[in-house]
Amino acid sequence: MRKILFDRIDEPGLNTLAVYERRGGYDALRKALGMSREEVLQELLASAIRGRGGAGFQMGKKVSFLPKGEMDKYLVCNADESEPGTFKDRELMQKSPHMLIEGIVIAAYAGGIDRAFLYIRGEYEYQADILDAALEEARAAGYIGERILGSELTLSLVLHRGAGAYICGEETGLLDSLEGKRGNPRLKPPFPAVEGLYDGPTLINNVETLATVPHIIAMGGAEYAKIGTETSTGTKLVSVSGDVKRPGNYEVELGIPSREIIYDLAGGPPDGRTVKLWFPGGSSAPVLTAEDLDVPYDFDSMAKAGSMLGSGAIIVVDDSHPVLEVAIKLAKFYAHESCGKCVPCREGTNWTVKMLERIESGEATPMDLDIMASVQEQIIGNCLCVLGDAMAMPIGSIIEKYRPELEAHIEAARERANSGALEDVVALGVADDYAGPMPVH
Amino acid sequence: MSAIPARRDGSEHSDWDLPRRPAVPRFAHGSRVPGWDDAVDLTKDPAVVPDLATTPVPEGLRERVEAAMSRYPDRRSAAIPALHAAQEEYGWCSPEAIDQVAAVMRVTPAYLTSVATFYDMLVTEPKGRNDVFVCTNISCSLRGADAIFEAMSAAAADEEDITVRSFECLGACDIAPMASVNGEYVGPLERGDVARIVADLLAGREVLEEKQLRRRPCADPGAAEQ
Repeated sequence: MRKILFDRIDEPGLNTLAVYERRGGYDALRKALGMSREEVLQELLASAIRGRGGAGFQMGKKVSFLPKGEMDKYLVCNADESEPGTFKDRELMQKSPHMLIEGIVIAAYAGGIDRAFLYIRGEYEYQADILDAALEEARAAGYIGERILGSELTLSLVLHRGAGAYICGEETGLLDSLEGKRGNPRLKPPFPAVEGLYDGPTLINNVETLATVPHIIAMGGAEYAKIGTETSTGTKLVSVSGDVKRPGNYEVELGIPSREIIYDLAGGPPDGRTVKLWFPGGSSAPVLTAEDLDVPYDFDSMAKAGSMLGSGAIIVVDDSHPVLEVAIKLAKFYAHESCGKCVPCREGTNWTVKMLERIESGEATPMDLDIMASVQEQIIGNCLCVLGDAMAMPIGSIIEKYRPELEAHIEAARERANSGALEDVVALGVADDYAGPMPVH
Repeated sequence: MSAIPARRDGSEHSDWDLPRRPAVPRFAHGSRVPGWDDAVDLTKDPAVVPDLATTPVPEGLRERVEAAMSRYPDRRSAAIPALHAAQEEYGWCSPEAIDQVAAVMRVTPAYLTSVATFYDMLVTEPKGRNDVFVCTNISCSLRGADAIFEAMSAAAADEEDITVRSFECLGACDIAPMASVNGEYVGPLERGDVARIVADLLAGREVLEEKQLRRRPCADPGAAEQ
């Protein structure tokens, strides 16, 4: 299968400028600087590459939304990869940092931008050190700085380390965090392309998207668009994790059957186990079942199947895990990471956790499932960002698809909790002369 | 109305010791809200921007904070890097450390405290010098991370210098279950590894060298070919 981003990614020393240049690195930047800004933008538009961070918005369109003219415009590379199950950007930044830097410089040229920031999550210390060293090399070689390679382009690129908050992967939360505040999302519109970082027009893209840019310029946008499907062009890094034999990152052409990724590449579930459910695009995606394994892995097919491609992280859960365990883990994560700005998300995630724990402890009735489903409905679309939706969608789909199992769980837990209740009352010594609180007269 | 009778052993009956009722966690003064009595002292005036002349700041820290401020168009953008630097200097974001950073950055301590309390990696309570973050998010927990976290906590329970925390997805589900030991990603972990991690940390060695993520090749078989 064709590799674009992962082409010989393990070559020793690829994180250094010398090896990257020997492999033809920064040639795409030279080619781009020989073209006009408008021509570079046309190539990006022709490639029809969709954002790899989760929303799947066409990158070329995003660039074209930036206002033209002389003003302070910013580019922010979103390397705050914290969607559970996603770890593709980490491998890319660690092994080929210059590919990302080259992509950032080309994208900045296309957008007429002279200040760029790379926001990396604080936990990726090793990757940030590698990027720091790569940036140093790129500056010394004149790929970043004033009048890059003798052209008009001037660009500063600053690496910013975050400090551990899932919400900072949300673009406006990231901007607030980059401005030195708590990472609370902002009201949209205005969208960042109009009013973003320091109130200036801002282009925000994911690491994988930007790292693909040099390849698009090198092969030409039209050529790139031939890979993949018509509406989901190119290759995609897929992080496969959970109950599979060979978890890891795989580069696939968009549109291949999901079964091929889970079984042929990642080895499928452990022997004797079968796939119970899987998340096609990180833990925020509505769950799919074993029946959906043949859905093609691309943006539109996933949407049609009722889920989403998201960040391209497949989490496989096999039949040894109760679905309740998965739901509680999920809900707790979102309750912990909710920034607290919008009530539906702050309260909705919190109460979903409590209701799921009631199921576990045997205090719930099947009616609680309906209440929980209605809580999910009231979160979706009612907040500034999609963090709440990101819990509501998978939890809602779990309640819908695994209702019989959850009901059985409720029943079993209730029986467990109630068995021995009478003995307990007798042991308390109140059963014979006390029959509960009496009505007040 | 009839009173609830006393129990036979003479102890008073309480609503809360009915059988199998899950205990509600209680904090100070019986409150369900942790830290509710940790109120601000309203007799004090709000802290203003500390004066650099009366706030001694170690030279190294000051240089790092100033270098961070110089990288951004707005000096407040340096809040997170500056707090990272303070935490490295003092081990945690103590009120004194926050005062010092605030003096250099010319912002109020309250502003920096609001930032420090938002982010998981910035800690406003004393902790050990060594951090062990055990990922307990979904992909890791499917592979037994909760047991690893318990074992890790138990193994480091007597070590003042090691703080073990369960953490949300650290972005290394390919080596699940995993942990980040002072920033070094290690995995896949087994129960036996937790003692090694503690021993390696105490000895100041590389932690679990053969299981470090940085040594791991790409899983995609096609990445090596062509």
